[in-house]
Amino acid sequence: MTITQPPGVDTPASEPRKPAPPTFRQRLGRLDVKLSPYLYIAPFWIVFALVGLFPIIYTAVIAFQDWDLVRNTGEFTGWDNFAFVLQDREFWFSLRNTFSIFLLSSVPQVIVATVIAAMLDKNIRSKTFWRMGVLLPYVVAPVAVALIFSNMFGDRYGLVNSVLGDFGIDPIAWHVDIIPSHIAIATMVNFRWTGYNALILLAAMQAIPRDLYEAAAIDGAGTWRRFFSVTLPQIRPTMIFVIITSTIGGLQIFDEPRMYDTNGQGGSNHQWETITLYLYKTGWGEFNFGRAAAVAWLLFIIIVAIGLLNFAVTQRLIATDTMAKKSKNLKKVTK
Amino acid sequence: MSLSRRSTHLGIAAGAAVLTLTLAACSGGDTTDDPTTSDTGSSDEPVTLTLATFNQFGYSGESEGGDYMYDLIAEYEEAHPNVDIVYNVADTSNTARENFFTKLGPGGLADIEAIEVDWLAEALQYSDLLADLSNPELDGRWLDWKTAAATDADGRLIGYGTDIGPEAICYNVDAIEAAGMDASREAMTAAIDGDWDNFFALGQQYTDATGKGFYEENAAVLQAMIGQVAVPYEDQSTGEIIALDNPEVKAIYDQLTAASAAGLSAGLSQWGDDWAAGMANGDFAVMPCPSWMLGVINGNAPDGNWDIANAFPGGGGNWGGSYLTVPASGANVEAATELAAWLTAPEQQAKAFANVGAFPSQIDAAASTEVQEATNAFFNDAPIGEIFAERAAAVEVAPYKGALYFQVNDAMVNALRRVDEGVMSADESWAQFEADVQAIS
Repeated sequence: MTITQPPGVDTPASEPRKPAPPTFRQRLGRLDVKLSPYLYIAPFWIVFALVGLFPIIYTAVIAFQDWDLVRNTGEFTGWDNFAFVLQDREFWFSLRNTFSIFLLSSVPQVIVATVIAAMLDKNIRSKTFWRMGVLLPYVVAPVAVALIFSNMFGDRYGLVNSVLGDFGIDPIAWHVDIIPSHIAIATMVNFRWTGYNALILLAAMQAIPRDLYEAAAIDGAGTWRRFFSVTLPQIRPTMIFVIITSTIGGLQIFDEPRMYDTNGQGGSNHQWETITLYLYKTGWGEFNFGRAAAVAWLLFIIIVAIGLLNFAVTQRLIATDTMAKKSKNLKKVTK
Repeated sequence: MSLSRRSTHLGIAAGAAVLTLTLAACSGGDTTDDPTTSDTGSSDEPVTLTLATFNQFGYSGESEGGDYMYDLIAEYEEAHPNVDIVYNVADTSNTARENFFTKLGPGGLADIEAIEVDWLAEALQYSDLLADLSNPELDGRWLDWKTAAATDADGRLIGYGTDIGPEAICYNVDAIEAAGMDASREAMTAAIDGDWDNFFALGQQYTDATGKGFYEENAAVLQAMIGQVAVPYEDQSTGEIIALDNPEVKAIYDQLTAASAAGLSAGLSQWGDDWAAGMANGDFAVMPCPSWMLGVINGNAPDGNWDIANAFPGGGGNWGGSYLTVPASGANVEAATELAAWLTAPEQQAKAFANVGAFPSQIDAAASTEVQEATNAFFNDAPIGEIFAERAAAVEVAPYKGALYFQVNDAMVNALRRVDEGVMSADESWAQFEADVQAIS
């Protein structure tokens, strides 16, 4: 040992070894391990705090006041704004419309997106072309989509009604009746988002191991059986993601109803006024920002509630899924 | 509120093309400064002024994106070498409105901000944040009602008037002839001249003959009728809503719903796609027609045969128009006031009319040869300058518009549309109007 020891370095062999105080470098290293992860995610949290958290809290503050936007002052009014909004017929009309448009758009959208994704997942010619093709509507600005579709859905001179007329169907009052106006708006939303969701679902489908299909085919499962018993269960997590994002998007729908007619007020009898449109009208139309803030918070609570509901349902789905798997495994073991 | 806000935008934009063409021949080369606002008192220190408008005010083609005859911004900079003007143009008046009220309190507005008559009532609530522009030297420059509307309770003038929208009646010549009526300009002027009952009787005659609607929709006629009521929706002293107790409002509602029951309203919601198509297809024969509407009609019905009657039922009427304001928090209030006064001087507004057809609110500008000799080829060479100058002079009433005016008016427009669309009967719709108005606060 001593032979190999380089000259000039003596070991204090007699003294019992004390842990040396950590050097600056070591301390830095330890700090690095502990702190770095937080520093790496800090930019997101700082930006989020500035443009997300702060506005949410500030909105809550404003919601309890009779707020003057220009002078930046308000008078505390307690729950008055919330009470008014909850008693306002317009709020309940807009809540009804929001849910109706949301259901009319999200449900068909997810179903059609799944079907399109399944078709794109097959071995077809010029795959990239078709995949980019379904994304194309997403590139078009929502306002442009709304302009085109509101023209097509014109009550008197619209393309849709004239085509219906060719089939002997009476013209539909797209801008007067409630459900037709919701269908027209849902069509715009679907046009824009179906392809986008289809691509996300397609990515999930591509990740399914092909041997599952082979095994299923060998067991004699047909195309449909393979789709329902292999594809759908395998893409469930992605499906949940798609459903949650389209729920949030659906409840915040604004551009399409705003641009659906040139007045942007949601119809003469609130036929297609959504909550966000109601919020905008209250704020910028009536200059009542306290009340608009209360609407914003109510919408926030609704979205959180529905998000939690979504979460609970999906948790249960996943739980039953894993339980089923476990019981299957158990069976295998016992065999 | 969206009715007129959008309309001015469309109108001015579309009117630009038409009028720059028709007026190209009538340019006067006069570039003298307005004597009342010459720069004798101001210093020669270099100063940068910011000016913010929307759509097309007709000040500078470079910033507003048009091919204009005159560049007023360059002209002012040339006459005042120490002044540098930064000119920003918002795409719509709605954008400008949101910007205006967001920054009015905390600061950050341009030295001169243009506002539209539709949000004038809201701006008047904050008149203390805007510079008082009243100047005895400028008395008599504008039409009285134009200045009165921008003066607050303390007598402070918050804006210099730019343009106005005096209303005449535009009519589809072919449609009127199809009803077997004389469609010459003189005959129609004589037929329309009178009160609203006369107008509806004329419409009944047309509808009986053709089976079509006489005018576009009830809400459009409401705009004209309510504009002639001095105190329509709100009490002038307390600001309380009186719309439900005002017999004049109910009378207008009853008159209009009766007319639509008789088939006079074509039920085409203004500014909609069906409305534009209906204009081209002759679905209705007449429309209340502010000066900026000419370009809209020309744009929507380029193959149509339209003319203008120099008359308006029930007296004169105005629809739209703007002001230039000077925020009090600006760094160069004095220099900005001077520029605003110069831009709204008759000479300059006559040039703005030549540029984009924005009808001037200045008495002398309306009398200038540039305006008086203007004609419009699309409307069978109608002397539009002369007609609209007369229509502007016929305006007697500047209705009181408080802070809640447009909310009540929107409720009224919706009430009339529900009847036009057949969603509700006239009585049901009025009941809902009552509920809507009671909810406004």
